[in-house]
Amino acid sequence: MRTLIFRTTAPYLASLMVLFSIFVLLRGHNEPGGGFIGGLIAASAFAIYGIACGVPSVRRALYFHPMAISGFGLLLSASSGILSLFQQVPFLTGIWTTVDVLGVPVDLSTVMAFDIGVYLVVVGSITSIALTLEEREDV
Amino acid sequence: MAAEGQWLTFLALILPFLGAAVAPLLTRVLKHNAAWVLALIPAFLFFHFAGFLELVSQGQAVAGGYPWVESLNLDFSWYLDGLSLTFILLISGIGILIVLYSGGYLKGHPQQGRFFSFILMFMGAMQGLVAADSFLMLFVFWELTSIASFLLIGFDHKREAARRAALQALVVTGGGGLALLAGLILIAQVTGVHSLSMLLSTGDTLRQAPLYLAVLLLVLGGAFTKSAQFPLHFWLPNAMEAPTPVSAYLHSATMVKAGVYLLMRLNPVIGGTPIWETVLPIFGGTTLIVGTLLALRQTDLKLMLAYTTVASLGLLVMLTGFGSEIAIAAAVLYLIAHSMFKGALFMVAGIIDHETGTRDITQLGGIGRAMPVTFGAAVLAAFSMGGLPPTFGVLAKEEIYAGLVDGTWAALLTAVAIVGNALMFTIGFAVALKPFLGDRVETPRPPHEGPALLWIGPAVLSLAGLLTALLSSLSHQFLSSPMASAVAGEQVSVSISVVPHFGLPLFLSLVTIALGLVFYLAIGRGRNVMAAVLTAIGWGPDRGFDQLYRGVVRIAAIVTGIIQNGRLDFYMTATFLALAVALLVPMIGFNELPAMPTFASLYFYEWTVLAIAFIGLGAVIYARNRLTAIVSLGIQGFAVALLFMLLGAPDLSFTQFMVETLSVVILALVMTRLRLSPADHRPLGQKMLDCSVAVLCGVALGLLLLRVSQVPFDAALSDFFAANSRVIAHGRNIVNVIIVDFRGLDTLGEITVVMVTGLAILALVRIRAGKPAANKDA
Repeated sequence: MRTLIFRTTAPYLASLMVLFSIFVLLRGHNEPGGGFIGGLIAASAFAIYGIACGVPSVRRALYFHPMAISGFGLLLSASSGILSLFQQVPFLTGIWTTVDVLGVPVDLSTVMAFDIGVYLVVVGSITSIALTLEEREDV
Repeated sequence: MAAEGQWLTFLALILPFLGAAVAPLLTRVLKHNAAWVLALIPAFLFFHFAGFLELVSQGQAVAGGYPWVESLNLDFSWYLDGLSLTFILLISGIGILIVLYSGGYLKGHPQQGRFFSFILMFMGAMQGLVAADSFLMLFVFWELTSIASFLLIGFDHKREAARRAALQALVVTGGGGLALLAGLILIAQVTGVHSLSMLLSTGDTLRQAPLYLAVLLLVLGGAFTKSAQFPLHFWLPNAMEAPTPVSAYLHSATMVKAGVYLLMRLNPVIGGTPIWETVLPIFGGTTLIVGTLLALRQTDLKLMLAYTTVASLGLLVMLTGFGSEIAIAAAVLYLIAHSMFKGALFMVAGIIDHETGTRDITQLGGIGRAMPVTFGAAVLAAFSMGGLPPTFGVLAKEEIYAGLVDGTWAALLTAVAIVGNALMFTIGFAVALKPFLGDRVETPRPPHEGPALLWIGPAVLSLAGLLTALLSSLSHQFLSSPMASAVAGEQVSVSISVVPHFGLPLFLSLVTIALGLVFYLAIGRGRNVMAAVLTAIGWGPDRGFDQLYRGVVRIAAIVTGIIQNGRLDFYMTATFLALAVALLVPMIGFNELPAMPTFASLYFYEWTVLAIAFIGLGAVIYARNRLTAIVSLGIQGFAVALLFMLLGAPDLSFTQFMVETLSVVILALVMTRLRLSPADHRPLGQKMLDCSVAVLCGVALGLLLLRVSQVPFDAALSDFFAANSRVIAHGRNIVNVIIVDFRGLDTLGEITVVMVTGLAILALVRIRAGKPAANKDA
């Protein structure tokens, strides 16, 4: 699989896919998309990068172990639910707030944090599986 | 005032657990002197609850609590009447002495902090058990005592015998706990109440219910295992593997009485029926006789005492089952007396063991001069155990005989009680006299009096046995009468005193003592006879437990061998076959097969997509090469995703595309990773089988989908989501809003599964690679 063309284009392709996955993740609340799909896109990006340029470079690029990313995602999702306890509403109730960023109102919510958590869990788990499978046994 | 009292009681109920958390740290700093500080916890409990005595002795009950999980009818609530209060005072009072004693007994032990922690944990559990009002709380604390007992028996976890005993106790008492849970649930179903205090006001409801027998058997299952009734008694002597403070506290004074407590607590609502009055005396009486006879055979001080504990529990069950007012009063008196003298005697046995290095009664003699305080405490406790005046034991014994003289089976039960009591008299004095009197026998360590931490416990307990008897009117007013009233469910007033009064009970007591003396003189011969008899029998419930245990393990191994045989193709075939059967059988059995669908005319591009899917499938079947098959499967998947897109489900379609892509990639990787040969080498028979299973599954799922689409569609949910997704959850993409908001908890569960699966696969792949997992993280 280490053809020159593939190896040259893979980093660009992968970064575009990651960017796209984040886009899909964030627009998910109103348009088709969301954490699951975004996570799958990002996971395939890392898989492609791994096939083209080798697993060590993906691991270096990710910096964290994929399973750690997954774990962090789960923690994020769960704790976004706990936040609702402070407002005396049931676990996982969505809490919304609007922040003013440079004059543009931006809606923020615990639901978004939850979705980001879903994204991270999916990315982490699938990337972890894919990378381990891609690894040569002699590495 | 009331609220403040409530708060304090709550604190008292959880304080032991808090103490358990800090005990190891405290012990690291203070060493064995931490006992002095930790003993303040039971002391606080004792004095706090003693404050309720005034109120409870007037026939009232202290109740309180907080809601816990309302949907499960679970409250953290307590109900203190004469019965629970007396139990709590025994638990906390003896608890003070046990904590101090443990300080001396395990002095210098590297895990002394852990031991304190376990003991306090147990104290909290036991206290919660007797204080609990709601059924579930009772059950939770009941199991906590089993767990604490497991930890304490297995404290010396490096010895195999200790581990086995711990496991055995846990299996027996834990199994009984499950029976109790079932019993409590049945009671709640029958009566519709969820707390003991309310249950006590339901009168005859339970006794007249058709399920009465089931309730009774389940409750007895719990009580008999916990209170070591024959033939489930074997775990209790084995529990003597635990350090002596544990034996004194859990396995004589408190925990093993939990079963008796349960019977006494439920006596007003399930007692008094013919079956109750038959089963309890039979089991209790048998346990009494078997326990004392087995005690006779032992030479280990602790084991002798342990078997008499079994016997005493039998006596208590027998008296509770007998059911007359005086018999209940006798049970109450004996329970209190037994907790004091048996606790004291166990601690004495521990001191002897600690200071001389042996607790084999044949290896001990003449140490009384070196250990005067211990000796005194032992003799006083033995007086109580043997039922000699002027101790609390004599009150109990007189009342037992007074209670048993009239009623059904009176003669038989009285005879059983006389023999049992006489044997206990014998064992009590054998433990209290033989090691101390006679010629000096060489012991591993020269005997000398233990430190104050050690002898305080037995001294105080045996003196308490004396004082409570001398001040019998006071102890009856505050302890015995309220407790007996609570057990009987009506006002009972206990009035017996140490002043002898002539009558049949006194005569029977004299007979008992005479018989006891005879046995005492012949104890050596009795031991030999019992040993010969037991050798002749050869088998006992203890060995039976081992056989059962091994049997279960063997069956588990066989079942595992069949189900988990390690062949992946077998797992797959079984799983898919099960799926097909689960789908098809109900559909055919209930005549729910779908009607023939009417086909709408399709557009040409829809035909095209369908054709692509079919081509993909055909390629999967005809592919000679596995890689080709995997990719062809992907083609079919893409076609389905395209269909989703055309039919207006973009989210689903997106996900399907990604899933298909990733499955192809991962399957291909797995193939190269596992170094499978590219071609498919299955024999024809196997291929036919796999093919039929696949077709069956496909047909079943297809039929199911058809059937589902033919059921009238209830749009309530989709209307709700459509109406509220934007308004409540601020999102226009309904699918996403459902995933992350309306059904967020489901999603949380799903991503947890995703992660755990990921971890499992990771582990599997690395095992496959045959390398330690650690060196690959980089």
